[in-house]
Formats: sequence, structure tokens, C-alpha cells
Amino acid sequence: MKDFLFKPFEEMTEKDYETIGFKSGLEIHQQLLTDKKLFCRCPAGRYSTKYHAEILRHMRPTLSELGEYDGTALMEFKTKKDIIYRINRDTVCTYEMDDTPPFLINDDALDIALQCGLLFDCSIVDELHIARKQYLDGSIPTGFQRTAIFALDGKIPYKNRTIDIVQMSIEEDSCREVSDQGHTRVYVTDRLGMPLIETVTGPNMRTPFEVAEVAEICANIVRSTNKVRRGTGSAREDVNVSVEGGTRIEIKGVPKINRIPLLTYYEAMRQWNLLRLREELHKRGITKDTFQASSEDITKIVKKAHYLPVRNAIEQGLKIKCVVLKGFAGLLNWQTQTDTYFSKEISDRVRVIACLTTIPNIIHSDSRGDNLLSAEWQNIKRSVNGTDSDTLVIVWGNEQDTDMAVKEIIIRAKEATIGVPSETRQALRDGTNGFERILPGADRMYPDTDLPPTRITDERINKLKEDLPEKIWISNEWYIKLGIPEDTINDLAISKFNKLFKFLLSELKIDPTLAAVVLIQFPKRLEKMKFDTSLITVEMMKEIFRAYKDGLLTRDGIFIAMQKSITKGKFYSELLPKPVTSKELEVIISKSEEEISAMRLFDPDKRKEILLGHTMNKVRMTVEGQIVKEKIFNKS
Amino acid sequence: MAEDYKGYRGKALSTLKNFGAQVWSDVEIETTKGNYKGIILPRSETADQFHIVIKMPIGYNIGVAAENVTDIKIRGRKEAHYKIPEKDFPRDPSKPNVKLLGTGGTIASRLDYRTGAVIPAFSPGELYGSVPELATFCNLDTEKLYGVFSENMGPEQWVGTAEAIGREIEKGIDGIVIGHGTDTMHHTAAILSFMVQDSPIPIVMVGSQRSSDRPSSDAALNLMHSVKTAADSDIAEVMVCMFGPTSDYYGLLHRGTRVRKMHSSYRSTFRTIGDIPIAKVSREEITPLRQDYKRRRKDRNVTINTAFEEKVSIVYYYPNMMPDIIDSLIDNDYKGIVIAGTGLGHVNKPLYPSLKRAHEKGIAIYMTVQTLWGFVQMYVYDTGRDMMELGVIPAANMLPEVAYMKLCWALGQSNDPQKVKEIMLTPIAGEITEREPSNGYLIYQGGLPEVEEFIAKYVK
Ligand SMILES: [Zn+2]
Repeated sequence: MKDFLFKPFEEMTEKDYETIGFKSGLEIHQQLLTDKKLFCRCPAGRYSTKYHAEILRHMRPTLSELGEYDGTALMEFKTKKDIIYRINRDTVCTYEMDDTPPFLINDDALDIALQCGLLFDCSIVDELHIARKQYLDGSIPTGFQRTAIFALDGKIPYKNRTIDIVQMSIEEDSCREVSDQGHTRVYVTDRLGMPLIETVTGPNMRTPFEVAEVAEICANIVRSTNKVRRGTGSAREDVNVSVEGGTRIEIKGVPKINRIPLLTYYEAMRQWNLLRLREELHKRGITKDTFQASSEDITKIVKKAHYLPVRNAIEQGLKIKCVVLKGFAGLLNWQTQTDTYFSKEISDRVRVIACLTTIPNIIHSDSRGDNLLSAEWQNIKRSVNGTDSDTLVIVWGNEQDTDMAVKEIIIRAKEATIGVPSETRQALRDGTNGFERILPGADRMYPDTDLPPTRITDERINKLKEDLPEKIWISNEWYIKLGIPEDTINDLAISKFNKLFKFLLSELKIDPTLAAVVLIQFPKRLEKMKFDTSLITVEMMKEIFRAYKDGLLTRDGIFIAMQKSITKGKFYSELLPKPVTSKELEVIISKSEEEISAMRLFDPDKRKEILLGHTMNKVRMTVEGQIVKEKIFNKS
Repeated sequence: MAEDYKGYRGKALSTLKNFGAQVWSDVEIETTKGNYKGIILPRSETADQFHIVIKMPIGYNIGVAAENVTDIKIRGRKEAHYKIPEKDFPRDPSKPNVKLLGTGGTIASRLDYRTGAVIPAFSPGELYGSVPELATFCNLDTEKLYGVFSENMGPEQWVGTAEAIGREIEKGIDGIVIGHGTDTMHHTAAILSFMVQDSPIPIVMVGSQRSSDRPSSDAALNLMHSVKTAADSDIAEVMVCMFGPTSDYYGLLHRGTRVRKMHSSYRSTFRTIGDIPIAKVSREEITPLRQDYKRRRKDRNVTINTAFEEKVSIVYYYPNMMPDIIDSLIDNDYKGIVIAGTGLGHVNKPLYPSLKRAHEKGIAIYMTVQTLWGFVQMYVYDTGRDMMELGVIPAANMLPEVAYMKLCWALGQSNDPQKVKEIMLTPIAGEITEREPSNGYLIYQGGLPEVEEFIAKYVK
């Protein structure tokens, strides 16, 4: 193993990441903007934690199509959870409850998905087959997610190389977890069944920052369709990370792209440190074959302990068991991530698999914290025949859960002699991550016998291509060449006006900078003024620009016309003041002069500037400032 | 040969044959659109002839248009072996012995590639392999009587099942479970209630609304509930054991003659009509909801009467029904007709002459109600009296399907209208009740505050 110690996040260089063989890929989930859900006709995108009824389900593993049980499925079955779904009748029907078979796939959703596939340069599959992907955690009441691959083998340019798009699938969204305590897990179902796409990239990213950058690019590509949802929770990333000699680990549900760099850094660190731990174990002569562990019921031995969790356990009549990890002394304090140690790997497994969810759920003899007294530890050590080179792990709970916990502690400790176990892990707030479940494999896929395959015809694809925005890397290059303000470039690419922008330049010959400023910056200014800019439509802006082109509006007038159009709900020419002739302008100027003469000016030298401002207030929409300025300043 | 290219036709078949790529081949397919790696799967026979289905290494399936295929390289072969791990069912002499008779249905099932649908699979060791909890209740033996979908059950299967029950009782079994598809489970429950009389042990019918290939299937829990009932309960009747609420919570034991499937897809689809169920069952206990059931006995006495007349029909009346419907039954030598009439048991006047003709030809005609709940009452209106004069006999509160089954059974025993009438109107297994309790008709109307309060409070 390479001799490398992790540095703080800020000090890690590209070279460092190369040294550890950092590799990362993304699975990007993006909700599609449809009125209805994917396999039923419930409304999509209505979030509420209010519920009218609850149903209870249990999940059992089933066989895959090729006749094998999936590892994750068996793990989830071991946990034996009561799963409660909260049902809001306004957002959920009997389909989501799994009491009605699916309806045919939502064609609007499929069209949007296909467009996204085309934007990633994928080849679209000829025939869509809906699969059931098992999720025994209960996040979907059926126990599986309906999902189908619709696109394969795409690519996007990045730096001087390309990022592979391995595959894209369209699928129904899952429930949101409310709580998970002991043997009861509770979900709300409002998000359940909403259409989303999953885009899987190759493991082509080489540093944590590249991962975030590519995530951002991918997000922008799908947003450029303007048919995907935006806002909290509408896009979620799963990030796959591995280091040399490590394992592909999936960090699930990263809600914000800016959290990716730290999360991937910490995962790389965890893997690297687990590999170092393996090295240390091997040095101690502990391998997968020589690994030894034993366990014993120590309820009687600790019955007088003062440590509160143990004392409570005794009072509740729970079992207390001790696992002896032979030769592990000190290693539960082996650092895996900043302020996180190998003991956390074990505690996580006990929490998730044995359902001992009250933390701390284990204590161990490597800890210097205040739990048991050292005399008590000595006493236990004697009774379980431990030595100073061993580590003792103590766990408590009802008999069944404690037995399960003992098994998991031994399993996880043994895995340390092998390397980094295949898992999916959940992103934690501080950038570190925790165990979620054993990584599921292809065995959890099963064809959905409730729905027929769907042919995707060339006619359909061609029609969708006609309505496709420019690929963002092409449009961005073009924007740069046009010299539009830098801060409008990215926003324009993903704006609902991206196609209009092209039209304005080619058909109406509008100045690119003006078009970009009006389409991107004006709405932002209007938003600050509390206008509802979602009411600005492409048609509206087309009309406004036509008026501008016909000389009926000034630059400033565009802004005012937008305000008026929002208020009226649409643009019509009556919103415009009558055009002002040169003569009329002169009359307006002289009238303004009279008005100003009647005022006492604070700064008489600025008389002409004041006159200009005063006049402009009256003719801003229809006369360009330059013309008024010339009239006023050239007069005398 | 057909097996080698299972389900493929037309262009897809000729393409596969062209490259010698049989089903289950691990292949790399080159097409004008791109290349795909995966295993060629059998194709559903109802799917089109233009696509080849492959399972990709990540587990997803896609269809590849055959016309775009330029080459198929065969890398190997991986055939699916769909097999639930089989384990010997543990035996414990202190536990009761239960026999599970299989007729088909989705209680245990696997995938059929030709139709793309699930087909029943039934083997004793598989059950223990997938639902090991069963061993806590009993010693279980299984026998696959039939492997048919629920809708294909018929007289042959009913008679065979009744006889098998008789044999098992004679052999001394402590309880019988019958695995059955749910669609016609209430038909079979009814006929078995008539064919098997005075059983000394529980006879429990069970199925599932979600096939056992789904993680949230109701199959395992239904099976546990039914086995528990067969092993432990003291209810010696033909019952249907299915989910009470839609949740994985408890099951209900419905009397075989009063039960009906009431929703096309809900788990809690079976309901006792016009009465209350016999009991509630969980993995832990059986809670009787009434006391008037037949008790378990130690003896081995049972009467098996498998008489059956097939020429019986059920006519679901609708306004504007033409008499030729009845005429065609007469002309086709039907021996019995059960009418599901409107309201208290009515049909329109234009049918009268045909009904009269049927009666004169000796055809037994019985009236039931399509409202399902409530009694036939043909005295209230003149039309009812007129019909009775034509020979239409009111069948009290027998459910239409139950009356149908009973008429088949009665006509199988006698051609004498009086004798048939006596059999029909003498309750044997609760098919006619003397009274309808006020909680026998409960269809709550959603949206009402008090109903919503109830729904919010109790697990659905
Ligand atoms: Zn719905």
C-alpha cells in the first residue's frame, strides 16, 4: 500500500488524489415537470405532511428473475421493520398504496426523459421494458420501484476529455422518511410515484471538485429543457467513490451539489484509512482466515454498573452481551474520517441491522470516554477470557436484537481484515457519511409483469428532436463568442427563454447583449420588486421585442412593458403609450422647462441634467434617452 | 426448437436464427444505433415480432429492434433457474398436522416468459424455504391437486378437491388449507361448503392479491394465517382466510357461503356479505367474532356429496333485457337459472312469457338480488307476485354466486322440482340466514367527518 496520509481538505492537491487513485461517478436523480405522476393519475409535486390514514406493511425478499436472492434484500429482512405509510388522499390513490395495478406510463414524462437522453447524446432504446427494482427498506410500498432504461451510451464534453453517460432510466420517486426508531419506520407518501430520471455517469471524475463540476453541468443540461422540477429536493445525487484497492461505495441522496466535494473527500479518506487498518491487522497476523471473535452474555456481570445506558438496560430486563475481538486492542479507535473512528462502522451496523437505534448502542474497551469503570472492564475481561491485546464490545437490547447485533459486530470486524465492504452510505450534515445498507446488486431487478413493453418509434424521437434546446456546451460557446454579459451565460442556457434568444437574434436581429440582459437580468430585477416573474411567457417576450423592433418601445420601455404585462397577464399593444413625434417631444421638453423654472434648484448648474431626467420620466417607454439628451443639450 | 427461441416470431426470430443466438445466450449485439451486451431473454408471446429482449449486466431489460441488428456475438450462456431454496419442513410430533392442497393461483408463483405473467408454482419444500414461519404452527404436507388459474376452476376441480378433502379427513389430518386463485375463490368456497358436510376439522381457503414475487405480497401472511387457523382453530367449517385491512395486520375468517371478492385489486377484497365474519386471525391468536359456528370434533365422520349439474346459468338482469336471453337457455337445454334481479328481485315484463316457458319445461328458476346485500322479497310489489306465479322461486338472501353453486349441486341430486326446492331453501352452511344483523351491511361512505375520523384512527 502506498505510503500516504490524508491531509486536511484544503491542502489536498490534484496530485494527492492521483496518488490514492480517487475515482468517482454520479447517479443524478432529477424530477420531471409533469402535472401527474408516472404510473397513476395523481397530481405530482404537491407536498404535504398532512395525512388522513396510515397503513402498515412488511417487506419480504423475493427471488430475482435469474432465481437468486439479493444480498441487500436479505439484510433488510433481517431487520424486521414495521413500516408505516402516511396516506394523504389528495396526493395518493390506491396505486401508490399497492392496492391497484399500475396505469400506463405517463407519456409526457417519457417525452421529457427522452429529450434529456438526446441532450446527453445517448442512443435511445428501441423498446422500453419496465423493471421492478427491489427496495426492502420500505421506501416504496410495493417493495420495488418501477423503473426502465430509456437511453444508453451518451457523453458530454468536460475539460479536454469526455464524461461517459452510462445509462439513463425513468422511474417513480420514493417516499420521504419521517422517522426510524427501533423496529418502526414511518414514511410520508406525497413524493411517491412522481416521475424522475436517473442519469448515471462513468467513474470519470478524478477529484472531489470535478465531481461537483460535472454534477452542475449535468444539472444544467436537463434544466435547459425547462421541463424538469427545480427547488429543494427536486434533484438528488448519489455519488460513487473509490480509491485504489478500495471498493465502489455509493453515497445516497446528496441534496446539494456544493456538498459533494467534502463528502467525496471524506469517503476517499474513509476507504484509505480502512485499507490502512487492514494493513495494521495483517501486521498483527489477523487475516480473514485467522480472525477470531467470541461473545458472551454478561448481563449478570454488569448488573451493578453505574453507566446509565447499561443500568437502564438492566432495569428494563434487557440482555447485555460482550463480543471479544481477538487482537483488536486499540483498533476501534482507528480513525476513519475526521473525528470518526472504526467503532462508528460497527455502531452503524448495529443501529441499522439490529435496530438498536438509541445511541450509544455499543461501548468498547478502546474508548477512554466515561462509560464503565476500569475495574468493571477488568472484571468483564476476566469473565470473557479476554486479554490486553483484545477489544471488548458491549451491546444491549432485547434478546433477539442483541443476538443480531453480536453477529453484525463480528461480521463487520471480520470485514476489516478484507478491506472496504460494499455498502451504500448516507450523506451526513458534517460531510462525513454513515452506513445505510449493503450495496444491492443486479439480483434485485425483476421484470414488471403488470405493464407491457413500450415501443419508442423514430417518429416520436424525431418530433422530440425538433423541440430540443441547443446543447449547453454548444450554446455556451456561442454565448461567449457573442460577448453577452458573463453572468447571463449559464442562466440563459437553462432559461425557458433559451430558444427565444436564438430566435431574437436570427429573426428580429436584436442585439445579443440587449436580448440577454432583458431575458435574464430584467426578470431578476422584477423579482426583487416582488413581481411574479413566472408569469412572463415566451410569447409575451416575443411581442415585447417585436414592439421594440418596430420602434414602439425603448430599452427602458421594455422593462416597464414587462411590468405591465405581468400585471395584466399578457402583453397587448394598448399597454404602450402613443409614439412621440419630434415635434411632440419638443413640446414636452418646453413644458418640462416651465415646470423646472417654477422650482428652486439646489444645484442650478445641473439644470440641463435635471431637465433631461424630468423629461425622461414622461417619455421613457417610447423615446431613447440619447434622443432627448441631444435635443436638450444641442438646443443652446 | 420452439424452446430455443421461446416466444420469438417474425423478424426477431429470423434475426436470432440467422446468428444462431438462442434464448439465454450471453451476447454482444451490434446494431446501427449502438452495441448492447446482455442475455437474450424469452419474449412474451403477446409482444410484437420486431424486438429482441436482453437483460443487461446491471439487471435491466431492454428491447432491441431486430431490423437494426448487424451482428450478434455469442459469449456464453446463462439460463435462469428460478428456484426458491427448498428445505425439508421440520417435523414436531407435538404439533398438529395440516395438509395444504394446491389448486393454483398466486399464493406461490413464478414468472412465465411466454405470457410475461406470473404462473403458479407449488412445491412443499419451497413453501418452507420462502415462509419458514409456517413451521411454528404445524407439520405441513402439501399436495398439488391442480395448477390452474382461478378462472379455469370448474366442476372437475371442485369434485376432485372435495374428494381429496374427504380422503385427508379420513386419514386423520387436523386441518386443511386450500391454495386458490382469488378471483373465483368464493365460488369454490360455496360449492365446497355444500359438497363437504359436517367436516370435523377446519377447511381454510387462501390465496393472495399480490403474487409472492413481490416484496410486499400478502401471500406469506395469508398463508401463515390460514395454516394457523387449520392447525389451531376450533372452527370446523369451510372458510376463506384473507386480509382484514389492507395492512399487514390480521386476517378474517369468512364463512364459505357468505363471502365475496369485492374489489378487483385491494388486498382486503374479501368481505362477508349480510353478516359478520366468523373470526379474526393473527399469527398469535384466533379471535372469534361470533359463537354460532360448527366446532372441531375428534371423530373422522364427514359426508362428501359431489353431485353436480353443469347446465345451470346465472343471469344478471338489466333493464331492456330481451326475452331471447332466457329463450336461448331454454333452447340449449339448461336445467337451472339463477337470476340476479334488481331491487328486491325483479325483471321486466317482456321476460315473463319466456320465464313461463322455462318453468313449463321444468327448468328451475331462482331469484337473487344484484344488490348483494338484503333479501329477495317478491310479495311487496305485484311484479314479484306475478313472477312467483310463473314459477320463479325467491332464494332469500343467498348470494347470486352461492345460489348458482347450490343449484348446480341440487340439480345434480334430483330432477324433481319439489326436491330441488327443498334442497335449495334448506340452509346447509349458512347460505341463507334467518336474519340480517344491523352490522351485516356496512359500506362506509368516504368524505363524511365521522368516517374520516374512523379511518384516521384505525389502521386501514
Ligand atoms: Zn396515485
